Amino acid sequence: MLFYVFGAIAIVTSLLVIGQRNPVYSVLLLIASFGALSGLYVLLDAPFAAVIQIIVYAGAIMVLFLFVVMLLNAPHEDTEYDERVHPLLRPGPMRFGAALAVALIVELGWALTRRADAGAFPSASVSSVDAIGRSLFTDYAFQFEVTSILILVAMVGAVVLARREGQG
Amino acid sequence: MPTLAQYLLLSAILFAIGTAGVFVRRNLITILLSIEIMLNAVNLTFVAFGRALGSADGQIIVFFVMTVAAAEAAVGLAIVIALFRHKESLNPDTFTSLKW
Repeated sequence: MLFYVFGAIAIVTSLLVIGQRNPVYSVLLLIASFGALSGLYVLLDAPFAAVIQIIVYAGAIMVLFLFVVMLLNAPHEDTEYDERVHPLLRPGPMRFGAALAVALIVELGWALTRRADAGAFPSASVSSVDAIGRSLFTDYAFQFEVTSILILVAMVGAVVLARREGQG
Repeated sequence: MPTLAQYLLLSAILFAIGTAGVFVRRNLITILLSIEIMLNAVNLTFVAFGRALGSADGQIIVFFVMTVAAAEAAVGLAIVIALFRHKESLNPDTFTSLKW
């Protein structure tokens, strides 16, 4: 029951994200969508993923987006003119896209209904933060260190890219 | 109790919404947000499969995906700021100087 509630919230808010004209509303709706996904992680016995979804994604990354949206104070995008000249809204590409969507739905339905008992979850689950941390610092220690280099490079790259030209 | 197939279907729907957002929207910020929707759809798949296989690896991969998403958001938003400073616009059709 909760699965359907959270799933419906995630789908509806995601649809509204790409339906909004105001980027501030889009970012706030996406935070709501991430909250629903966090609830789904709790239903999947993944409390660690649920918590970092809220803290890192909704708390840090989305605030970064919101900060940039408000910093730029961009003029109104996606006006009626933009939609009229949009290359994907001409009849040919629209029919092609609709055909691809139908093919995706048919294939998904076929793949997911082939086995009636597909994916009943086992009752036992390994979800403790203890197990995750142990695995992260032993089996995945190298990847963990590479991640720290990646973040360092991204930080330097962001500073260099956003610097005004002619400084330094 | 929802099954694995239902989680995968939900994830596929979210991924399709994100893909549609990238193609349909004409705003660089919204395109980046659509990419975040897709990353989260994939995260949901990882967690669901990790639960089905009874292993913690799914959540560990989610941790790495979130790290990459954070790096991508930082660099992507820096590029957006640089582009906006250059052309005073967020419409991707404005930035076609590399188009041959």
